[in-house]
Amino acid sequence: MSDGLFEKGAITGIGETAYTRGSGKSDTALQMEASLKAIADAGLSPKDIDGVVPYASGSTVAEDFITNLGLPDLRYSATTPLGGASCVAGIQAAVSAVATGLANHVLIPIGRNGYSGSRIGNRVQQMPQFRTIGEYEMPLGTLAPAQLYSHMARRHMELYGTKSEHFAKIAMNGRKHAAMNDNALRQAPMSLDDHQTSRMIADPLRLFDCCLESDGGAAVIVSASERAKDMVRKPAYIMGVAEGHPDSPSAITQRPDITTLGTAKAAPRAFGMAGITHSDIDVAEIYDCFTYIVLCQLEDLGFCKKGEGGDFVSSTSFGFDGDLPLNTHGGLLSQAHIVGMNHVVELVKQLRGDAGAAQVKGARIGLVTGYGDMGDGTVAIMRS
Amino acid sequence: MGEQGTMEIERLYPLPNPDSQPYWDGLRDRRLMLQQCADCGSIRHYPRPVCDQCYSMEVHWIEASRRGTVHSWSVSHHAFHPSFKADLPTTFVTVDLEENVRLVGILRDPEVTLSIGTALQVGFEDAADGAFSIPVLFAA
Ligand SMILES: [Zn+2]
Repeated sequence: MSDGLFEKGAITGIGETAYTRGSGKSDTALQMEASLKAIADAGLSPKDIDGVVPYASGSTVAEDFITNLGLPDLRYSATTPLGGASCVAGIQAAVSAVATGLANHVLIPIGRNGYSGSRIGNRVQQMPQFRTIGEYEMPLGTLAPAQLYSHMARRHMELYGTKSEHFAKIAMNGRKHAAMNDNALRQAPMSLDDHQTSRMIADPLRLFDCCLESDGGAAVIVSASERAKDMVRKPAYIMGVAEGHPDSPSAITQRPDITTLGTAKAAPRAFGMAGITHSDIDVAEIYDCFTYIVLCQLEDLGFCKKGEGGDFVSSTSFGFDGDLPLNTHGGLLSQAHIVGMNHVVELVKQLRGDAGAAQVKGARIGLVTGYGDMGDGTVAIMRS
Repeated sequence: MGEQGTMEIERLYPLPNPDSQPYWDGLRDRRLMLQQCADCGSIRHYPRPVCDQCYSMEVHWIEASRRGTVHSWSVSHHAFHPSFKADLPTTFVTVDLEENVRLVGILRDPEVTLSIGTALQVGFEDAADGAFSIPVLFAA
């Protein structure tokens, strides 16, 4: 396996706004606030930023960062339109840019009013990745990710005996960690009974299987590794990074195996590039738009075999002090929906030893995933 | 605004183009039409311009059997647009058609107990405002 981008880049700065429901700020303001925090965290000036990867499904373009931050010479820009897999795909693009010398410090910002902002659906059919289901499935009333993804979950349950209680354990784990995090929206404890009695949204997915809708921004800086070693923060070196697209990427229902995500293609590439095995992972921040999607990724990442996700979830402790510390910030389910950039930021904090109450003791190597647009999967493996 | 995960989404209507018009016309005429590659004979769905088996762009349309079996399903208890509220709970079924492609339809037969492999047949109905027609499903 090619070592490709192995340790060619590192995350050198992180920034987050407050995560709220009602920011009172524009999407652009949220992105700029997070970007300025990340640049300051890296010990850089905006004048040092020479690359930017804006969120492809968002409201800004590279030009907005030149205008607002006064970037004197932006040399590299790209977008990675993979929905919730975009942030980690953005890391892949950024490392490619710093590895080849196209740029030195690449800013990856995200920010949106996912709760208080305007409705998201009116653009769906104009977005090429949703054109197919927008034409053939959504007119029937199966509009939302919860509805579309529940077909995957139901088939997994029927084929492999996976239970709603397995999903509950993932939701409860996120909530436990959110309660330890000052910048998390959901702090009240969640019991198994709370999960099992939460409102059914799209059977088998209940309300507590679904992520939050929230307002906020987050950003990271990816720098060339030879620069990172002299910067103010302990770098999070990117050992492996990859993206994968499932067969029939635009329509889940036409996919040969609807229980397998693009993650299954990305994971061997990311682990191969990093040159490590699953037992080397000290902490995992796994994209959790829905509880089932976490269980499915655990399989597709290779932590267990396809179909064994239920048993694996039952037999593994996911707390910050457990067998496989998982979503130590609370995730999209209980911290906030910042499109997975909050997962990237949390992994960097863990590798710096800066993760507060939910710090995983001695965390040295960690994994972060993205997932989106009906099945795209991204994986990054980092070390301190 | 919704609570967690329940934000309202715009109602969507089909926007037929030359690749998909025969499919929508077929549903209106109570016929389930599928694309077949005119060169290698592969049947494909959803409609699109190229055969991914032989890369031919020549296509003809066949009328499908309307017979299939359950691949998976989902029961919506929340309408993500008000126009679907009256229809709750709504069972959406992914069906493996005999033609070896899949189709999503709304189950309209309360007697059916769903499990993988349950035999179903495709029927048709007009969408609430009559703007287009959709596939619905009954016991075979
Ligand atoms: Zn062909």
